[in-house]
Amino acid sequence: MSLNTKTLTEQKSLLEEKEVTLSEIYSDTLAEIKAKNEQLNIYLTLNNLAEAQAAERTNKALAGLPMSVKDNFCTQGLRTTASSTLLDTFIPQYESTVTKNLQNNGGVIIGKTNLDAWAHGSSTESSQYGTTLNPRNPEHLPGGSSGGAAASVAADMCSAGIGSETAGSIRQPAAWCGVVGLKPSYGRCSRYGAIAMASSTDSPGPLAKTVKDAALVFNAIAGHDPLDATSSPQVFTDFSRDIDKPITGVKIGYVYHGLEGISNDVYTAFEIQLEVFKSLGASVEFADAMNPQLAVGVYTIVQRGEVSSNLARFTGVRYGYDRTYFGAEAKRRIMLGTHTLSKGYADKYYDTAQKVRTLFREDYTQLFAQYDILISLTSPGYAKKIGASEGSAMFGELEDMLLEPSSITGLPGISVPCYRDEKTNLFLGMNIVAPMWQEEKMIQVAHAYEQATQWNTWTSKKGSL
Amino acid sequence: MEYMDFKEGKPMKYGLICGMEVHAELKTASKMFCGCKNDPFHAEKPNIYTCPVCLGMPGALPVPNKKAIEWAIKLGLALGCEINLFSKFDRKHYFYPDLPKGYQISQADLPFCINGKVETTFGPVRIRRIHLEEDTGKLLHQTIAGEKVTLVDFNRSSVPLIEIVSEADIRSPEQAMEYAQKLRQIIRYLDIGDCDMEKGGMRVEANLSLLLLEKFPEGIPVPIDESNFLPYKVELKNINSFKFMAAAVNYEMNRQAEILDSGETPAQETRGWNTAKQESFPQRSKENAEDYRYFPDPDIPPFRFTQAQIEELRNELPEMPEIVAQRWADEYGIEAKYIEPALESQNLVQWGEEIVTAAKASQQQPNKVFSALFNKKIPAKIGDPAQSLVDQYIALTSHEQLGDNELRTAVEEVMAQNEDAVTRYKAGQVQLLGFFMGQVMKSLGKKVDPQQIKATIETVLGS
Amino acid sequence: MSQQITPQLVAHIAQLANIPITQEEQQQFARAFTATLETIQSLQSIDVTGVEPTHQVTGLENVVRDDKVQPEYTFTQQQALANASKQIDGFFVVPQILNKNK
Repeated sequence: MSLNTKTLTEQKSLLEEKEVTLSEIYSDTLAEIKAKNEQLNIYLTLNNLAEAQAAERTNKALAGLPMSVKDNFCTQGLRTTASSTLLDTFIPQYESTVTKNLQNNGGVIIGKTNLDAWAHGSSTESSQYGTTLNPRNPEHLPGGSSGGAAASVAADMCSAGIGSETAGSIRQPAAWCGVVGLKPSYGRCSRYGAIAMASSTDSPGPLAKTVKDAALVFNAIAGHDPLDATSSPQVFTDFSRDIDKPITGVKIGYVYHGLEGISNDVYTAFEIQLEVFKSLGASVEFADAMNPQLAVGVYTIVQRGEVSSNLARFTGVRYGYDRTYFGAEAKRRIMLGTHTLSKGYADKYYDTAQKVRTLFREDYTQLFAQYDILISLTSPGYAKKIGASEGSAMFGELEDMLLEPSSITGLPGISVPCYRDEKTNLFLGMNIVAPMWQEEKMIQVAHAYEQATQWNTWTSKKGSL
Repeated sequence: MEYMDFKEGKPMKYGLICGMEVHAELKTASKMFCGCKNDPFHAEKPNIYTCPVCLGMPGALPVPNKKAIEWAIKLGLALGCEINLFSKFDRKHYFYPDLPKGYQISQADLPFCINGKVETTFGPVRIRRIHLEEDTGKLLHQTIAGEKVTLVDFNRSSVPLIEIVSEADIRSPEQAMEYAQKLRQIIRYLDIGDCDMEKGGMRVEANLSLLLLEKFPEGIPVPIDESNFLPYKVELKNINSFKFMAAAVNYEMNRQAEILDSGETPAQETRGWNTAKQESFPQRSKENAEDYRYFPDPDIPPFRFTQAQIEELRNELPEMPEIVAQRWADEYGIEAKYIEPALESQNLVQWGEEIVTAAKASQQQPNKVFSALFNKKIPAKIGDPAQSLVDQYIALTSHEQLGDNELRTAVEEVMAQNEDAVTRYKAGQVQLLGFFMGQVMKSLGKKVDPQQIKATIETVLGS
Repeated sequence: MSQQITPQLVAHIAQLANIPITQEEQQQFARAFTATLETIQSLQSIDVTGVEPTHQVTGLENVVRDDKVQPEYTFTQQQALANASKQIDGFFVVPQILNKNK
């Protein structure tokens, strides 16, 4: 029956109409996992209690459906590794707020997905458990750091997934795997229990098959958390509130056009999409934003400083193994972060970076005075081949360059598939960014685009793996 | 000014430049950044008041304790500090097994309070800053099955800690002791900390160096420009009583003087105090690197107070002990020896005020009531209702209405009527005194001061 | 002007960061750091005079919690020690290596 290939919304509907049972959905999903997980290396740990838990959650918003969770979220009683052998045997005695919310709203954790170890990367290649393969084309990388999460959705091994983004880690793998990735405003989803990478930008968020699915999961996990002092008290009711409203009159600014290092073919494929918005009644203009290259510098320094600090707690005494278990990438980042925070260098690096961050905020303020929404490519190109990230110390930051400005300023963004190369079956993603706290707007625009185009392989009649 | 040599009683050539760092645990109900119980001293077992936050588990996040912050500000106000209207917490990085996150959440450049002062009988000691931070876990070094092990208990991890840093204004060991005692009194008076030195509820550190007194014939001034300081500083740490701290400072003055006399400069180091040997000794400082890589804690939004909020906290302050003492002396005429014990706590002061009010209402002198209480002339206990205290005092003193003659006559009459008992009393049966007193009271038919009766009987019987 | 990252500096950083590294890694990291630091040189050319740093993008301030004990979040001793590599009588045990440094 392949019920696992339906969208979350479709599965919910079928369940409500009693046309299928939850058991059948689990059967198909688990069969897919059994068939392909070893090859694709998506799940590191499976939850044996999933189906039993599902039976108790059928009357909630997520209907007991199977969700994948990135393995940097602490899940009580379920192994959590951050894809590092340092935490190989770590079984948290507490639950992250996001996974608690997910489950309280009817989601069931079917398994923990692979990531770049400690979320350090944009390829999933630095996982100490081996890389994940891109289900769209297994010779290629899924992106990262939420590579496993994006792949689990693309491979129909879950109804939706939870990932996290520090700078690109939800949206970039979503683009590379041809799925939807939603990075909320910073502070919208609680960071409690999510293994910290860069505290000032870490944002949990959903990856899903469609924009509607993503909004549904987003509703389930977002909200203020008294355990997270940076969690926003902003109230929301339903992020898909405006999803079906037409986008006539919406003013869209297209940024990061004409950058060196991005091929003409990629730009051409992307810029054709601008017409779609126009046909829907929105206006699109080429707009000039602050050079995203500068965001790389800011992000690199701030992130590595915070990483070096956040990983100081891993000493092997209270949990995990000792610091010799850190992989090369983690060691590099910890040490560089230590350096940029140290006496004599902090002024030059860390303080300056935080000031340039302010300049980016001001740039966005100025742009959003003219536009309602900003769009750009999510990634400079298609998913790279396996092995591409090795030996390149700055691989991640360069791949995420187009996403870093919104990450370091905390703005929300959603990536949707916007082109598929027929030869490689690889995708390009479109990054749609809204002002702080206006996720409803970006969801509305993303959904309109998705419905008006053929790039989504679940909603499009022509789409296929 | 002369400083006495610890060992030989000789005056010294050098004066003291000394600053102190005092840490005090706050007695909030819960910890500084989490909802665990703040009660490490009474925990029956290790690691029972812990949670992901104070254990430094992955993904755990700190949320500051509102009361701890209010208390820190109140302490600052009580010590005459300015309150920084914009403040924040910073991460202070170093590796040590009792520090679970590999950093301590503390305050770097923007502490809650700055520029205060503590008055001592030797002069004022300025306070540079007061900030809030979290305490560490506790290490236990043991030998188990012949092997040395280090055990860690995190019950104390993340308990709120106040740090008070003084300027180098202290000029004698006695002043150091008084400064520390004053801080302890104020913290206890505000009821924000118990400051139990033995349990580590209060910790004092001193850093000191010496200066040739020759250059300062009037004594080393306060303040004094740092450019005058010699290029070294000795830190005294891990000393758990004020007396030992004073002794250590005294010892150090002598030790450093000897080195300076020989033309050398004392080593810049950390030293502890060996109580048994009564000498200081070098200790390895655990934070050698001194590069704490401070940066603002991204998990904790900063603080912005309004002046109005600060004034509200100021209004909640009780009258400080010094002011109470002044007022009780000036307005109520109470002697210092009766004031001092009351300054232990606000409750005692409150009780004292009630006694004064009750005394005045009955036209009695407060000081005399206090005297009667302290000298145990009335049976009242601490905390008894003020009115009953005053009543007892009145009962006591109304006895004085009785003239000596009247009393003496009554006593002599009783003795005359009880010759046999008198004989037995003089033969050694002194317990008959009570009988005599009862008889005298009966014959007088009114309440008499027992002391007075006793005295008169004894006089009459010539014993 | 890029900074000289020597293997010696790397060794010092590794010690500060409590990361054990080999001699070979010292060399490798020295090269990697230099590359990374070059990438961020571009920041130095930006004029940031008068610009306030952004430490918190949320704009939140004064976030605190009431002074209440919350037993629902407190671990039992067993939970606290559940992931410890070694424990004795309810205490965590610190490896011998650290003892040598004290």
